[in-house]
Amino acid sequence: MNFIRDTLLVFRRQERLALRQPAWVIIGLTQPILYLALFGPLLKGLPGASLGGGGNAYRFFVPGLLIQLALFGSTFVGFAIISDWRSGVIERFRVTPVSRLAIMAGRVLRDVVTLVVQAAVLVLVGVAFGLRAPLPAVLIGFVFIMFVAIGLASVSYATGLVVKSEDAFAPLINTVVVPLLLLSGIFLPLTLGPGWLQGIARVSPFRYIIDAMREAYLGHYFNTIMVEGIAVAVGMAVVFLWLGSRVFVQENA
Amino acid sequence: MAIIEARGLARTFKSRKRTVEAVRGVDLTVHDGEIVGFLGPNGAGKTTTLRMLTTLLRPTAGTATVAGADLLANPLDVRKKIGYVPQAIGETMGGTDPSCLVIEELLDQAALYRIGAGEARQRAELLAGQLELTGLEQRLVKTLSGGQRRRLEIALGLVHRPPLVFLDEPTTGLDPQSRSNLWEHIASLRSDLGTTVFLTTHYLEEADVLCDRVFIIDHGVIAAEGTPDQLKRRISGDVVTLRVAGGDHGTDVARKLLADQAVVREVSAADGTLKLTVERGEQALPALLRVLDAADVTLESINLSRPTLDDVFLTLTGRSLRDAPVNHAAGPGASGVPADATAKE
Repeated sequence: MNFIRDTLLVFRRQERLALRQPAWVIIGLTQPILYLALFGPLLKGLPGASLGGGGNAYRFFVPGLLIQLALFGSTFVGFAIISDWRSGVIERFRVTPVSRLAIMAGRVLRDVVTLVVQAAVLVLVGVAFGLRAPLPAVLIGFVFIMFVAIGLASVSYATGLVVKSEDAFAPLINTVVVPLLLLSGIFLPLTLGPGWLQGIARVSPFRYIIDAMREAYLGHYFNTIMVEGIAVAVGMAVVFLWLGSRVFVQENA
Repeated sequence: MAIIEARGLARTFKSRKRTVEAVRGVDLTVHDGEIVGFLGPNGAGKTTTLRMLTTLLRPTAGTATVAGADLLANPLDVRKKIGYVPQAIGETMGGTDPSCLVIEELLDQAALYRIGAGEARQRAELLAGQLELTGLEQRLVKTLSGGQRRRLEIALGLVHRPPLVFLDEPTTGLDPQSRSNLWEHIASLRSDLGTTVFLTTHYLEEADVLCDRVFIIDHGVIAAEGTPDQLKRRISGDVVTLRVAGGDHGTDVARKLLADQAVVREVSAADGTLKLTVERGEQALPALLRVLDAADVTLESINLSRPTLDDVFLTLTGRSLRDAPVNHAAGPGASGVPADATAKE
């Protein structure tokens, strides 16, 4: 019970601070919307079959952008914990009886809430561009990116707290995130690529999640792609959450 | 009753190539209601010891009871009972978020100690009054002056009325006026609330003014402890400087007479001035004057000076506290032991 209370306490504090500087939430949204507006129209010209059928380019593209939003939004949250550590706030919290895990969990909860709000805006803009997808599919997509955000944000906070330097953190995150993003088939279907590329792409967990989200957007909820996607999303969230919490709960940080 | 009882507290850091014994076995006893100062050059193990006592760092050896709870077996109970105000200058700051309002920090801190909303408001108002923060409640932390921000950080450490509070370099980086103002607040913690205060400081003056007892740590062990007066007496003795009339002859006579006195430890002469090191100078002086008078030696001037804590420090550690850089993020200490900031890893 105390853990939930502490998590909500940290969540409220972080939410208050985020709302004080809403610019970041908006900046985070700008990029996917730009892609939607300036890159999306290009996909319309591709042959329908390569986009997994259905012919609706936005049903292919929006799930990819949602993952991109989650990927960038969540991996960079570690920046904030570095400045919190530097201001001594982390240490101050660690000397109080508050659950040390809640120091992370409350922040992750805030990030998930922020992401869902951003995702809802992105989907609405997509609808304005011509996206047509069933409502359950949109909701399933949100659940997928929530799992992605829980895992990535946890690991990002833990990494920030270990690295303790923005100068080291930014290149580190970029090195990991950009290849993962490219290998996930966010912008174009990987099936367009050569065999070796499709082989390598099998290692990107996001690839499975995107595929599952696209299946859902096409109205296919029960098949192996979906099962794989759910397994990868949940598995990744659990492993990363565990890794992140170890850093926060350990005696010395 | 002892509120801190540490035995053989030690912490070893292992980096890739070498093992650093930051703290090699610290024994400390602090009694209820004391104001205790913890001094040491950078890299002596000061911050590492403080971080162990406040549950931020797990000792690699030793035991301690802090505020009635066992540090190793029950760190959560220690956290409930202690207040901690981190140092404000260096790699990490004093613990306030620049984008928070003053009142938010106070209420959040109370919530961290699971104090109900109504009581939290009362506590916040009371502390704001005590630490001269009234009227600043709706200000952003980043708009506060250095002294105001430090007082807020101290208020945060006191929200839950802890019987024991740790202040890490409470006045470092403040101007002299804010510093002496803060000294009054720290002194009143004990006089008004009965709080035990454990503080680290770079300012010997601060230890002299505020502290009942002082611990000096060097190379990871306690090098000396006692009241500031005890330490001064024990280490250096007092210095008496005399000028004797009658040129070299007079000086010579006086020198021989004084060297025979039991209380005089050392005599040196230079340019017609005699410098004596004596124990308990204020008590020895009348007797010395009688001896000189009986031998018809005339004095032109006489001066008694007490050693400062800095002299004590220099004698014990071979380093002057004043040389120690204010910024803890500075490089390794003179002895090759990493600076406190490094030890935080």
